[in-house]
Amino acid sequence: MIAFDFAAVLADWPLLARGVGATLALTAVSASVGVALGVGCAWARLHGTPWLKAVVGAYVELIRNTPFIVQLFFLFFGLPGIGVRLTPEWASVLAMVVNLGAYAAEIVRAGIKTTPRGQIEAARSLALTELQVFTRVVLPPALKRVWPALVSQIVIVMLGSAVCGQISTPELSYAANLIQSRNFRAFESFIVATAVYLALAIALRRLLNWAGPRFVFGR
Amino acid sequence: MIDFSLWDIFRNLLLAARWTVLLSLIAFVGGGLVGLALLVARIAKLRGAEALVGGYVQLFQGTPLLMQLFLAYFGLALFGINVSPWVAAALALTLYTSAFLTEIWRGCVAAVDKGQWEASTALALSLSEQLRHVIGPQALRVAVPPTVGFLVQVIKGTALASVIGFVELTKAGTMITNATFRPFTVYACLALMYFALCFPISAWSKTLENKLHGQH
Repeated sequence: MIAFDFAAVLADWPLLARGVGATLALTAVSASVGVALGVGCAWARLHGTPWLKAVVGAYVELIRNTPFIVQLFFLFFGLPGIGVRLTPEWASVLAMVVNLGAYAAEIVRAGIKTTPRGQIEAARSLALTELQVFTRVVLPPALKRVWPALVSQIVIVMLGSAVCGQISTPELSYAANLIQSRNFRAFESFIVATAVYLALAIALRRLLNWAGPRFVFGR
Repeated sequence: MIDFSLWDIFRNLLLAARWTVLLSLIAFVGGGLVGLALLVARIAKLRGAEALVGGYVQLFQGTPLLMQLFLAYFGLALFGINVSPWVAAALALTLYTSAFLTEIWRGCVAAVDKGQWEASTALALSLSEQLRHVIGPQALRVAVPPTVGFLVQVIKGTALASVIGFVELTKAGTMITNATFRPFTVYACLALMYFALCFPISAWSKTLENKLHGQH
């Protein structure tokens, strides 16, 4: 007979709460910086010099074709080999930003490419500078078009942050691991953490779908 | 003291890559079969299938793969099953893959024109005949590029099996690092190895997609 003891896990709720806080903080920082990086890379891939295009293209393909955990380990364990030491938190944020940046670049690029030519020509004929054309005319509707895909990607990055516990970043999965190492209730700990992740994923998706039209690209 | 040359690092990683490939194939084939069963249950409109499969997909897409692996590892042990990392990783990745593939394929079936359903119903084909001769082949054409693309996600997903002690590429990389104290080189080689595995598949998926869209 299997006896579950969820109370033993829930008694450690302050740890879980701190874990949730850290996961959300990691996600908030990496989502905002990562999407900005993605927009920059998307611009570079469409309008940059050939050399810049090649570099950004290599970055995007390299990140999209390697696992997040390897990127994280490379930053945290690999870089000290050449004298660059990062704290677990910085390594986590950096890995998440770099990862999201590559995916967001492809998503945003797809949105930008479908901009009708006439809109750009109209903006140019109104004597807007190239930068103004991009930030005022091309980007907002492009973001609006690809927002659902971007939201999904941000949720994926949030869920992926569970791996950051492996380098002792004190986020939610790390808290679950800590709790199970204290009370040996491994299954219950991870069930609780998984349920919290599911709730976070649903809430984050709702929040971003609500926030997008209001704060990111206008209605 | 044994010295590791770059070739030694590469050779050992290559040997470990076999397990990454094998685990990916098991998860992909197993996940494909389960995903197909779930898809058919949905299409056949079995009672409760829509809600159940929907919940299943939401559950696996809305939680971290790492947690799924932990749950498979510790959960199976609760039932008195002696779990090796092999079994836990294969099970978790199969379920994870099935949830994504069933959702991808559902979209592909939905992309088949409604008239095809109506016409085949009018010809008195049974559901299995409709699926095999009319809907299946058309959905399959659309399904191939995203399915191949998802294979890349599966390969990358297997890296997480290292956390529950399954010795594949990533775990081998960690072990080699511990033996050589050359983390930068080892992790760079490791990343290259994954890139060499995944990039051709990504490129292939993209080619297939371009071909598909070129036909219209």
